[in-house]
Amino acid sequence: MEFKFDVEKNKDNIEKFKLFIEEHKDMPGALMPVLQEAQNIFGYLPLEILQMISRKLNIPMSEIYGVATFYAQFSFIPKGKYIISVCLGTACYVKGAQQILEEIEAQLGIKAGYTTPDLLFSINSCRCVGDCSKAPVILVNEDVYPKVTKDEVKEILDKYRSEV
Amino acid sequence: MITVERLREIKEKQRPILEARLKEKDIATINEDGSIVLKGEYYERQVRIALKNCGIIDPYNIEDYIAVDGYSALADILMNKSRQEIIDDMKASNLRGRGGAGFPTGRKWEEAFKYDADQKYMICNADEGDPGAFMDRSILENDPHAVLEGMAIGGYAVGASKGFIYVRAEYPLAVKTLRVAIEQARELGILGNNIFGTDFSFDIELRLGSGAFVCGEGTALIESIEGKRGMPRTKVFRTAHKGLWQKPTIINNVETYANVPVIFQKGVDWFRSIGTEKSPGTKVFALVGKVENAGLVEVPMGMPLREIVYDIGGGVQDGKKFKAVQTGGPSGGCIPADLIDTPVDFESLDKIGSIMGSGGMVVMDEETCMVDIARFFLDFTVEESCGKCVPCREGTKRMLEILENIVAGKGEEGDIEKLERLSDTISSASLCGLGQTAANPVVTTIKYFRDEYEAHIKEKKCPAGSCQALVQYFITEKCIGCGACARACPVGCISGDKKERHVIDQDRCIKCGACMEACPPKVSAVVRR
Repeated sequence: MEFKFDVEKNKDNIEKFKLFIEEHKDMPGALMPVLQEAQNIFGYLPLEILQMISRKLNIPMSEIYGVATFYAQFSFIPKGKYIISVCLGTACYVKGAQQILEEIEAQLGIKAGYTTPDLLFSINSCRCVGDCSKAPVILVNEDVYPKVTKDEVKEILDKYRSEV
Repeated sequence: MITVERLREIKEKQRPILEARLKEKDIATINEDGSIVLKGEYYERQVRIALKNCGIIDPYNIEDYIAVDGYSALADILMNKSRQEIIDDMKASNLRGRGGAGFPTGRKWEEAFKYDADQKYMICNADEGDPGAFMDRSILENDPHAVLEGMAIGGYAVGASKGFIYVRAEYPLAVKTLRVAIEQARELGILGNNIFGTDFSFDIELRLGSGAFVCGEGTALIESIEGKRGMPRTKVFRTAHKGLWQKPTIINNVETYANVPVIFQKGVDWFRSIGTEKSPGTKVFALVGKVENAGLVEVPMGMPLREIVYDIGGGVQDGKKFKAVQTGGPSGGCIPADLIDTPVDFESLDKIGSIMGSGGMVVMDEETCMVDIARFFLDFTVEESCGKCVPCREGTKRMLEILENIVAGKGEEGDIEKLERLSDTISSASLCGLGQTAANPVVTTIKYFRDEYEAHIKEKKCPAGSCQALVQYFITEKCIGCGACARACPVGCISGDKKERHVIDQDRCIKCGACMEACPPKVSAVVRR
């Protein structure tokens, strides 16, 4: 799924970032600090911003992509406000965690590892969280939900939707 | 502009303020010679050089650093010493690189000093990435000016006018402290043009890492500052000749720089009187793991491991049996209990297959599985290998697969030999230090704990009782048949009648331990074995 970068909404941030590039573009080795600033300001590296960096610093996209994929701190998609971690450890798995994950994916319309376009949710499948007696377990940010059933998924998601 | 007189004025003004504050807080003793040491047995047993100001001065106030003779060494050098004299002093002190490899700092500086170039660079390697190590972070957060002063002295010696500190982004507080420190030093004129009215100019810039362990390797770090993927270079040139932007470059570790000003304040002879002949001075260790008093310890080189773990660290937690200590992080090795009297210096650790490394020291007790520890470090290396050279990229992955099989109870006869062969190849054929040392945790655990590997492979047993796949949960006759375990079991593999002893179906058990937790503490009928 492709994520749409809202240029209109980020107008101020883009101006701020342009200024940062102007200040740094003549410094040797500017690419890393510039990418770090973009990650800080936007929370990830939108394609539009990478293209802007490429033009302003006169560095080909291929090279920027090479650098951005090398370092663990850069991300190409934004993280949602709520990160749903679905435990796929053995105990949760035999108790149907896979079906829970599929239900969450269906409800939100995205796959694990991605973020909803409204930036509300990200799904993350994770290893054993050590709460096997309460399997299957999901976490939403820090909140733990034990013995989750398929029917409860919508209820849990709605709780966070209504908080906005 | 800063002058020697101004420096003395600041010291005279700030020193009483600092001393009054320390007295009020009652945390430190002020000795007759002016040195300040933190109170408490834990600190009094240590010899602190690199950490000497940590916990004592306010890192956000440059005047506090000046109050403890900060920047006096730099002033003295700029006024009274030639560059050659500094190089000679550094060589005579035999200060060895504290980042892990132990290369003599003076010789490194001399290489760059002798090499003619229009521009030279000083780099401070603050990309401390070993799991369990945090001594550099502590220095940066508590005594940033010591690092700046060390870099400036080095810059003057080799003829560099520009320095970079490459600090990992995971240390936000260290970044903030350094920013403030650099700003204050510039304001006072200690960084900038014509320092102390001489013709020496030096400035320092901060560069942040972005989460790549391999960037702690010198040439990878240089590539990263240049704005590229942080992959190590093929070592055709020394970095002291062709480093950053192909100019002579000195890279030293945080702790190394923190030692430099003190050496020039107190003299080479004083420094050489501490530690051993071949490894003078002290080393900071991050003593962690299953030890009673975990924390940073700075001790003279050559101190036996036993004294560090027992006398300062207070021994193993909960009275358990000491099994091994791991030094040097993913590049180091495990030292078994019968070698605990080994003196801790570069040569001695090297001899027994481990390394000094940056100073992580993880204590392990009888419940730690050595095969699993080897697997843990390999997992880390595989994740962090940059992928440039084949032995490291492919070899470590294959080793990890074998280790994963062993801890899962799927080890086969011949696996140990396979691991040994792979270790040998990876160590000799990898491009950089990461690959060359990646096998160390495996090699040392095989060397000293071969029986544990064999127990996993042949008997499918984990002697430490830590590998989940190899342990069994079992209900003893103490069972009162309350059914709590059966209700807790996520896979429903526990059966039994009410008030009768229950039984776990071992074929279906997933070893999550829920039954053991559910069993009432008064009964505790479930055991792991």
